Amino acid sequence: MKTHIAVVASPLTPAAPWQWLHDAGLSGAQVQFCGQVRDEQGRVEALHLEHYPGMTEQVLRAILEQAELKWPLNGAWVVHRVGTMAVGEDIVQVAVSATHRHDAFQACAFIMDLLKTRAPFWKKELIGGRWHWVDARESDVEAAAAWLQAASAHEP
Amino acid sequence: MIEVKLFAALRERAGRDSVTVSPPPSVTSVFQLLDWLAGQDAQLAAALAATPRLMIAVNEMLASEDASLAEGDVVALFPPVTGG
Repeated sequence: MKTHIAVVASPLTPAAPWQWLHDAGLSGAQVQFCGQVRDEQGRVEALHLEHYPGMTEQVLRAILEQAELKWPLNGAWVVHRVGTMAVGEDIVQVAVSATHRHDAFQACAFIMDLLKTRAPFWKKELIGGRWHWVDARESDVEAAAAWLQAASAHEP
Repeated sequence: MIEVKLFAALRERAGRDSVTVSPPPSVTSVFQLLDWLAGQDAQLAAALAATPRLMIAVNEMLASEDASLAEGDVVALFPPVTGG
């Protein structure tokens, strides 16, 4: 499986994962997830993301390795933006290619769910001219745990 | 020496992004380090107390409070992550 992992401070290019994953017929499926800055009913003026350089890349690499053990994938792409971004801009791209669509759909969701709860990124929202840290969601923790419980359920 | 890195809301509460400490030899786990740090530094103790569900990394790998520590380790402390 080929992999591409990056943390960048500039705007993301929507078509980049598709072009990079394209493999002229090896894969029958590509699935791409793109996370964007929500305005939360017009309240959010901007978003700022910080991360832990070094650890972030290591965690993302480990997540892709886990995905590769679970599904037969041909390629996986994770690019995450940091710094200050505007409402509607792309925050993260997760894209995978596989021979069959089911593996690609599942692997993309798995990578995203684990990224949300393990990769060391933190968000702040600008609301009413003041920055506020975003709280983690319990539902994200449960989504990641569900994948890991499903995995251990298959073990003897 | 152990370097302790702080991130996000915890960094802001503590008023710094890292501290380098030389705890006594009796400190051999992250749990013991946190306990010792809180006794050394009131501002850091208050910042940690204000950070529920603290996450921990040792040498850039996610770890638990039970993780053992050795000279030269880098411990990172942070609130639950919110990327994606």
